[in-house]
Parts: sequence; structure tokens; C-alpha cells
Amino acid sequence: MKSYLPPEFIVERREDRCIRCLTCVRQCGFETHVYDAEENSLLSREELCVGCLRCVTLCPTRALTVRTNPSESRPNANWTREHLRDVCRQAESGGVILTGSGNDKPIRSYWDHLFLNASQVTNPSIDPLREPMELRTYLGRKPDALEPGEGRARESECPNVRIETPLLFSAMSFGAISLQAMQSLARAASEYGTLFNTGEGGLPAELVDYGKVAIVQCASGRFGVNWEYLNNSAIVEIKIGQGAKPGIGGHLPGEKVLAKVAETRMIPVGTDALSPAPQHDIYSIEDLSMLIYALKEATSYRKPISVKIAAVHNAAAIASGMVRAGADMIVIDGIRGGTGAAPKLIRDHVGIPIELALAAVDTRLREEGIRNWASLVAAGGFRSAADVIKAIALGADAVYLGTAALVAMGCTICQKCYTGICNWGICTNRPELAKRLNPDVAARRLVKLLRGWSLDIKEILGGMGVNAIESLRGNRLQLRGVGLEEWELRVLGVKGAGE
Amino acid sequence: MKKAGEMKRTGAVRKIQIREEACIGCHLCEFYCAAEHHPSKDLLKAFGPGRERPRGRVRVVEEGPVSFALVCRHCDEPLCVFACVSGAMERDLETGKVIHDPERCVGCLSCILACANGTILWDEKRGVVAKCDLCPGREVPACVAGCPNEALILTE
Repeated sequence: MKSYLPPEFIVERREDRCIRCLTCVRQCGFETHVYDAEENSLLSREELCVGCLRCVTLCPTRALTVRTNPSESRPNANWTREHLRDVCRQAESGGVILTGSGNDKPIRSYWDHLFLNASQVTNPSIDPLREPMELRTYLGRKPDALEPGEGRARESECPNVRIETPLLFSAMSFGAISLQAMQSLARAASEYGTLFNTGEGGLPAELVDYGKVAIVQCASGRFGVNWEYLNNSAIVEIKIGQGAKPGIGGHLPGEKVLAKVAETRMIPVGTDALSPAPQHDIYSIEDLSMLIYALKEATSYRKPISVKIAAVHNAAAIASGMVRAGADMIVIDGIRGGTGAAPKLIRDHVGIPIELALAAVDTRLREEGIRNWASLVAAGGFRSAADVIKAIALGADAVYLGTAALVAMGCTICQKCYTGICNWGICTNRPELAKRLNPDVAARRLVKLLRGWSLDIKEILGGMGVNAIESLRGNRLQLRGVGLEEWELRVLGVKGAGE
Repeated sequence: MKKAGEMKRTGAVRKIQIREEACIGCHLCEFYCAAEHHPSKDLLKAFGPGRERPRGRVRVVEEGPVSFALVCRHCDEPLCVFACVSGAMERDLETGKVIHDPERCVGCLSCILACANGTILWDEKRGVVAKCDLCPGREVPACVAGCPNEALILTE
């Protein structure tokens, strides 16, 4: 069947700059560029281009430009280009449209409608370059009250994990991302004093030394879960849901289950790794509690147990149940959270924004007097330290960075993660592609990102006259809303600007 | 002819370390090397349309996912120097660099036969061999500076 889909991108090659080094041909895993030796000419099969800019970035003479295809059919505000394209794709494939990365729709970003406070006259601001500024925080249940012991407060019986900055790396599993990518995250987390997350694919043998900075997941497929895995960790996380695909399980196709992935996941080589949509032993809060305590038993009550859910309509009530079920940390993943593969409609239309869910959960836990029972971590589309600091003011203890970390490593959010081909070596298992990500380089870039964002956070904190991140947590008086409806301000627990 | 044992180096040696696990097979090192050894020292001028394409002194070898840049190891006991019949190949005892003088090279190819690493290339047009000279005058050799994935790194 002839495809009616026009190319999404066009490739422009400046002939006066092209030196025929063929880097573009070699670097495109989608085989967009073709060299004709007879004619000594280069052609671009633009219908294959995904706009990842690998060729543009590596072209040594800057001869290439990739642009969105400017061809337009008659403008139509209702039938957008994307809608037309998707109908066409489904008419040709008869299937569900898959995609990767996070929601790319112009959903209202509440971060952009929240503004931060600063000290003027009546209270002094602090210069973070001259005075100590504390970004260190602890994840885990906090005691209801401090009981004075001999000269100092008695140590909490609840295990807590120290992090030097409120930035954690999100769950991305081995199999979905390359070993090199996971190694980069682990090394950066270890170097900066924060944590990475194994996702649901187990901890590869190469990374066992990074267990102390790993949040290890126990998800519905139970891949790679065993006693050593659970105990070689900082935190154990039960994954119920993911912001990009609430209510949906996972499916790592058999082609991606190579020997090493199979070994780590503890499944046969070449078999599909299916994560069921629900955890089949959790159909209620009571069931969740049983798994939480099973994991606590398995880890001798030495590790905080985290529970991660997607931000959905009743997130606040569910979160309350999770905390009461024994979770020491809860993670809410908003609608902009990323994924390696999800049905496009689910990614774009299911779930709610993290800002509203986070505020609702924090408010609910405070009202019930159980906020100290669990740390609260927000996830899903944090683009800058400004988003992070607003999340902390809304009540988060820390945030998960997924897409931002990938971008730091080279990702250009082309959304082709589900194809198994990643020209940047991140979301692929093909050895010739995976080696494009040099962990030495990527870990260095990640550390610099953590450092840069941490410095940003310190600057903003200093401006507010606050010298510790823990003093800002849940301090919504530091936020004011602009351009928000009454109900939105109410849910966010924030006053309008000028109020 | 020099013999093994006479070659003890006296100074610090800079070497290009090859990292197979990070080589992405883009071949850009070859182009940066060739341009550096072109009188113009410019990629566009060296390889622009209609120009005679110069050869580099580094070569990327590939088989499946395995790929790496082959570049002179500047061996402590350089077989190419032992094999050279005209004294064109010499080892600088202070820097440890194995240097080739094309003026004295007679194109006998003995060094190519002797080199265990296959890093000496035959420059057909000039009738002499060509090998890595660690880019005199540059802080960092062109291949190292141009590698997009740090698959070639300079060690001191």
C-alpha cells in the first residue's frame, strides 16, 4: 500500500560545505542518508528521518540542516497536522500508535503560572557564595516527635537515606536504556551524592557496586527481583504506575531481550518481557501493605520502601492509603512523565499534571497529620531548577529527573525510544549504537547538570532568605499564582499574585 | 641499525590512548588528521569539492559493532625503527615519539611489514610512508580533539 504520509522532516545539505566524509550515513540508525559512490553524491530518504539531529550535530563542516517539513495542507485549527497524520498512520497500520518520551501537548504548565518570592527590606536575603546553603535532605519516614536522649535527639528508628541535592534520577530500566546510559546515571549519582533508579529491569552485574546509590524497583513483572537485589540498594520502590502510561503495563519486545538483559531480568533470551498492567498481588491498600511489609522483612527494616503511582484523579486519597499501608516514601509521576514506549493516546490523555497532584497529596497528608510518615517525591517533566524549587515549595521532598537527565546525555526527545534504535546510544541495546554513549562523557555531563541546577536552587533560596531546602518544603507562601482560576489556586494552595 | 635496549626514553611520553568501547565508527578522526597534515589545515579546503583528497595517518577499522581508530602506538621498542633501512624512522629519546622523516624515506615498506599494529600507511602519491606525528605545534592532536566521543584520549 502506498503511504500517504508526507515526511515529517526535510534534510538540507549545503553542497559547498559537504566533504563526503559520510559521517551522516554512518551515524543514522534509521538509514536516512545514502551515499552513491558512482555519482559521488549523497541522498536523503527524508521519510525515514526522525529529526534526532545526530547527523547535524556530528557533521564536521555544518553542512546539514534538518527542518520540520514546511509543506502544509490547507490550515485547519480542528484537524491539525498531527491529527491528520495519526489518522493516516492508523489507516495504514491498523494498530495502536506507539511513542516514546513524555507528553508533547501544550498542557498548561502550572510551573509557568507560579512565581517565587524574594526578600526585600524586612528580611535579609542570603548570598549563597558567601554563606552556607544546605541542599542536603533525607528520604524516609520521620518520627512523630523527637525524644530527647542524652544530650541529643534519639536517632529515629526509621531508616532514612541522605541525598546531597533534592534531585534524583528517574526509573529507567536496563533493557529500555543501554548499559552505558545506566552506568552514566549510576556514576553521576554516586559522584554527586544522590540516587539513580534501576527501573523494573533489575541491576546489571556490572553495576552492583553502585547498589548504595540505587533505588531498586519491584514492579508488576518482578524482573530481576531477588534477595541480593533488594538488599544491595538505598531504597526499594514498588512501582504501581507511571505518569506516561497510568493503568498500562510494559512490554519489552523479545528482540531487545539480549543475553545480558535476560540475565539481569532473570528471563530466557529472546522472550517478551511483559509487565502486567496491575501488580497481580495488589488489588487493595491492604494488599499493598502486605508487599511493603514483605519487602521490609526481606530488607530487615533497613531500607525505606517507596511506592510510585501515576498522578490520577484520586491521587490524594490513594497516597493517604499508601502512607498508611507503610510506605516510607511516595512518588507521584505526572502526566508529562517520560517512557520508553507507550500508546500515544494514553501518554497524551491519561493522568493529571504533577503540580495539582503534588499539591493535593501534600495538603491531604498534612490535613491527616501523616505528612511526616513518608517523603514525597514528584516526577514528570521537570525542565529546570525553577520547576524543581516550585515543586519543593508545593510540598515535595525531592524530584525525579528523567528526561532532563537524558537530554544532558544527548537525547533530543525525538520520541523514537520505542523503536529500539537510538542514534544517541541511550535507548537502545544494539551494541554499535549503545557504544555511542561514552559513560565517561555522559556521567561528567550529568554531574555538571546536577551541579548547575543545585547552584540555581541555592541562588533562589538565598534570594528568599532561606538557607536550607528543608525550610522551603511545603512553604506555599513563597509562591503566587498568575493567570490561574480560583479552583486552580485552591488546589495548589497558593494565593494569587498581589494577594 | 639500532637495536632493542638502546631505546630507553628519558622524558615524559604523550600517547594517544585508543578506546574501542567508545569508538562510534564515524571516521572523523581520519578527516581531522588528514586536514591537519594538509597545508591549509582546514577541513573544507582539504576535502572541498573538486579537490584531491588527502590521506590521514589514522585509520578506523571496523567489524560489526567492533570499531576503533588505529594510530601509531609510539612503542618503547619500535619495530619500524629497527626495520628502517634509510634512517627515516627514528625515536626521539626525550619525548618517546617515533618520528618519520619523509625526506629520507625510500619507500621500501619495511616499516609497514615490521609494524605489529598496522599503523603505518603507504602514501602512494608521494611514494613514502606516513605515520602519526602527534601533531607537532598542537596542544592536543587533531584526531583526539575531533573525536566526538572521547574514543581517542591523550595520556601523558
